[in-house]
Amino acid sequence: MIEIGNLCLRFREREILKDINLRIRQGEIFTLIGPSGSGKTTLIRLIDLLDTPTSGKIFFDGQDTATSEAGRLALRRRMGMVFQKPAVLNTTVEQNVGFGLKFRGEPAAEIKDRVREALDLVGLAEFGSRRAVTLSGGEMQRVAIARAMVTHPEVLLLDEPTANLDPISSELIEDLIVRINRKFGTTIILSTHDMIQGQRLADRIGVIMGGKLAQTGTSDEIFYQPLGRDIARFVGIDAIPGGIISENRDGHALVRVGEICIEVLTSLDAGRRVSLYIRPEEVTLTPAAEITPKSSVRNQIPGRITRMVPSGPFIRATVDCGILITSLITRRSCTELGLVVGSPVTAGIKATAIHVLPEGERSSSQ
Amino acid sequence: MIIGINLFSRGRLLRTFPELAHLNDITEGISQAIHLIVTLNPEVMQIAALSLYISLSATILAALIAIPVGGLIHFNEFYGKRALIVLIQTLYSVPTVVVGLVVYLMISRSGPLGFFGLLFTPEGMILGQTVLIIPIMMGLVISALGGVDRSISDTLIALGATGSQTIFEIIKEARYAILSAVVLGFGRAIAEVGVAMMIGGNIRGHTRVLTTAITLETGMGKFGFSIALGIILLAVALIVVVTLNLITSGLDQDTQQLAGGPRG
Repeated sequence: MIEIGNLCLRFREREILKDINLRIRQGEIFTLIGPSGSGKTTLIRLIDLLDTPTSGKIFFDGQDTATSEAGRLALRRRMGMVFQKPAVLNTTVEQNVGFGLKFRGEPAAEIKDRVREALDLVGLAEFGSRRAVTLSGGEMQRVAIARAMVTHPEVLLLDEPTANLDPISSELIEDLIVRINRKFGTTIILSTHDMIQGQRLADRIGVIMGGKLAQTGTSDEIFYQPLGRDIARFVGIDAIPGGIISENRDGHALVRVGEICIEVLTSLDAGRRVSLYIRPEEVTLTPAAEITPKSSVRNQIPGRITRMVPSGPFIRATVDCGILITSLITRRSCTELGLVVGSPVTAGIKATAIHVLPEGERSSSQ
Repeated sequence: MIIGINLFSRGRLLRTFPELAHLNDITEGISQAIHLIVTLNPEVMQIAALSLYISLSATILAALIAIPVGGLIHFNEFYGKRALIVLIQTLYSVPTVVVGLVVYLMISRSGPLGFFGLLFTPEGMILGQTVLIIPIMMGLVISALGGVDRSISDTLIALGATGSQTIFEIIKEARYAILSAVVLGFGRAIAEVGVAMMIGGNIRGHTRVLTTAITLETGMGKFGFSIALGIILLAVALIVVVTLNLITSGLDQDTQQLAGGPRG
């Protein structure tokens, strides 16, 4: 549906986007994730043809978008856009939703019907005559979605649609996005700095870091096999650097990190320097006294808890095993096991849960 | 107070406290104003009507120029835009007599516009006041349009608006701030003396307006009459402002709904 090639955007001396190559498939939900200021908004604005790139190409449905203003307007009219901060015009909800059709010169009766349809879609049917500026943030964002959908766009772009909303409104918006995708087959491109939201919604994810598209893939690929330390950190994994593969038998390898040996699965040869990436949810903690010697978990590493940080219903515990391993455990199991800072524990990690990346080389996107 | 003065020999009190004489003038002026208004004094009505005609015409003319040109300046990027806006803002404080002088030189018999014969006519005064209030109106229109968040124009463009559709909607969005610019322009026009005096010449029954009449009557010591004219000037301004507000809010039903209808 959309093909982006070697896209760069420079503003004064600053490079905001660097050499972006991306292909968005028809009918998919594609999520751009990345920290704030990484260039997500800029990329979405470029796709919606609101700005022009310094260099590179964007093809919309096979057509080059670097064309006349009228041509760009015609292409832009096949897309819908929802901004992070919903801007409503100081008039009624109905008129706000109807703008897109009004600009396209649709007859008033047709506008009325389709506005009602769009308001129904977002669950604001009763709000038509309300003044838009009196709505709450979540309602405004739904109006913005109705306003974008009323023209039946082929592509719907959403720039951090839930960034300023409470959890309940966010959930409503997320449901709505999925519903739109299923019902109309609309191709959806969504940016978010909330990686969990990205995971929940997306067919595919693109990670943007410092203006570069660092990795694209399914959520499993991004969350379990991040290509590099920065992405890993962003998706919630602390890298364990400084490992060396001491031996490798048919993909079953031993990695020596400091004083410990960890069993992993990798195709990398012995002697390679590697970093290990372990999702904290995959690390189990057992009090040191209760260790069961026969366990399917290959890596049983003794250590001591040095830090416990509550995170919602979970606790993020850092265990010093010579190397620092982070584990995410529920509050309940933490209490049951009587874990406190200083407790001696054994960290259990399955070999399959460890993602191994070679050090000293930057991986490019897939 | 007045009753008190009458009870205790007014003459002696005024000799002791001469400033009370003016207080007396004020109260006398107010009652005279009421009298002049209620009886529809023909001369006062003629002066007020002429003031209204001249300043309202100047306001409409200035708005017809200032809103589109202000829009052009706001919506276009060009070299020297900042400097132009600073210049416009500087002209907010141009003295009315300077505008009077310049316009006088332009339209006097030997001036470049002399053949129109506008000097000492109401039309000449309209021209002068238009020139006077264009900068303040234009400057405020520019800042009114600048006050519309950029996200609004982004939204409009993303919704598929053409360039002119975007501009139209943004001007509509800024309507209240633009109304303020127009009201302020009218205020400056009806309240100024310099242009009216220099271009109009305060000719009785022909170019005499409220402000020049006040100047004259005060000079002749007829304070009461002056105060009456001052009150009438404010009353005229009130009527114009209220009317303009009604027109603007009448344009969109949603405001009326906000005032009277149900809100969630």
